[in-house]
Amino acid sequence: MNNTAGILIISIGVLFDLIGCIGLIRMPDIYNRLQASTKCVTLGTCMILLGAMVMAATTAAVWKSALCLLFIVITAPTAAHSLARGAYRSGVKLWSKSVADQYAEDQS
Amino acid sequence: MVSVIFFNLFFIGLLGCCVMCLYRIGIGPSAPDRTVGIDILGIVVVGFAALLSIMTGKDYFLNVAIAWALLSFIGTLALAKHLEGKGFDE
Repeated sequence: MNNTAGILIISIGVLFDLIGCIGLIRMPDIYNRLQASTKCVTLGTCMILLGAMVMAATTAAVWKSALCLLFIVITAPTAAHSLARGAYRSGVKLWSKSVADQYAEDQS
Repeated sequence: MVSVIFFNLFFIGLLGCCVMCLYRIGIGPSAPDRTVGIDILGIVVVGFAALLSIMTGKDYFLNVAIAWALLSFIGTLALAKHLEGKGFDE
């Protein structure tokens, strides 16, 4: 029973990882790429760690998986935010079909 | 065992993710694109370590996963600061 539930959760996670990496390849712009890949890959890795919590054999493995899940949830959006800000300030242009640039409107 | 087949499929899927991230690191037109690829590759490898820990039944792969998550975060922050053109202490 535990194994079936864990394998189901992990397969959802791997599917989300694949979707996020396809977004990393296919999107036209660095900001779109960051948006698509960070959210999908964070959710996918969290689902894999949740499956590891369900299928783990010992209590220590459950707590270590929970700690790793907490670290991923806290650190991945922070890194993506900092990266987008660094990319904008280093002068990367938006995609030619982008319709709004509210960061530049706030700066002016 | 049915679960061994499933685990092989999971490993093939995550290897596909790693290949796509490496492709983005290789062809990225600018330096921030390559940094995005490095960041995503770090998160994917954490899931890889968790899968290895379930498949082999050894706990210490989860220690590897925790250390990898934190080091990947610090590396991405340092690269983002460098892209922004500032020093590390402001």
